[in-house]
Amino acid sequence: MSRRSALGRVRGLGTAKEGVEHWWGQRLSALALIPLTLWFTGSIAFMTGAGYETVAAWVASPIVAGLLILLIVAVFYHAYLGVQVVIEDYVHHEGLKIAGLLAVKAACILLALAGVLSVLILLFRG
Amino acid sequence: MSSENRPLSPHLQVYRPQLTSTLSILHRLTGVALTLGTLLLIYWLVAAASGPEDFAQAERLIGSIIGRLLLLGWTFALFYHLCNGIRHLYWDAGFGFELTTVYRSGWLVVVVSLGLTLGSWWFGYAVRGGAL
Repeated sequence: MSRRSALGRVRGLGTAKEGVEHWWGQRLSALALIPLTLWFTGSIAFMTGAGYETVAAWVASPIVAGLLILLIVAVFYHAYLGVQVVIEDYVHHEGLKIAGLLAVKAACILLALAGVLSVLILLFRG
Repeated sequence: MSSENRPLSPHLQVYRPQLTSTLSILHRLTGVALTLGTLLLIYWLVAAASGPEDFAQAERLIGSIIGRLLLLGWTFALFYHLCNGIRHLYWDAGFGFELTTVYRSGWLVVVVSLGLTLGSWWFGYAVRGGAL
């Protein structure tokens, strides 16, 4: 049994120093996603059943492609930050927790890349 | 310090569900559902990048009964998470903590997200039917 006080044991260990960044990242991406999702869902509703030509022509505009890339990056950043907290709250086994966090992070990066590259292909295909 | 007999709180199962707690867990559930829903968004974009045949295939899949049901669920999840997210940002800014305000904003979120869901689906069918 250690004779050190509870305060002495934790002093100097420091915090993870990422709490504020996580909090701000979640809120700023949320703020960015308000106009982006409204714009996207509105546009999609207009193109219901429109077919390939209409959608391809829509993404071929640099402004639309740019907004889509912003949307994809913000969505996966926001999704990762959210799911990270859910895993940290409910998964108590340390190994499973780390494996879960890494798997979700990898999936988010892969999906975001696939999305961004698809947008670029549609943009440059014209 | 024993970690065996710590008092545990809250015992969720003994609480009567309230609007506030229900909307709170629904925010988290819709967030997780929307994360899974990104699979559909990326599938749709990849199919479009792959060409007309793959895109037609994706439209058939999304347009099927199961596809439409999933899309309806995700539409509600999106609008709910969006509206309740704005409610959260409002709280983060330090406003709206009066109990009556919390309940009023809660019901507002429910009504607006249901309205946006139904409205956008009505709009989608109207566009498809050529009414607009």
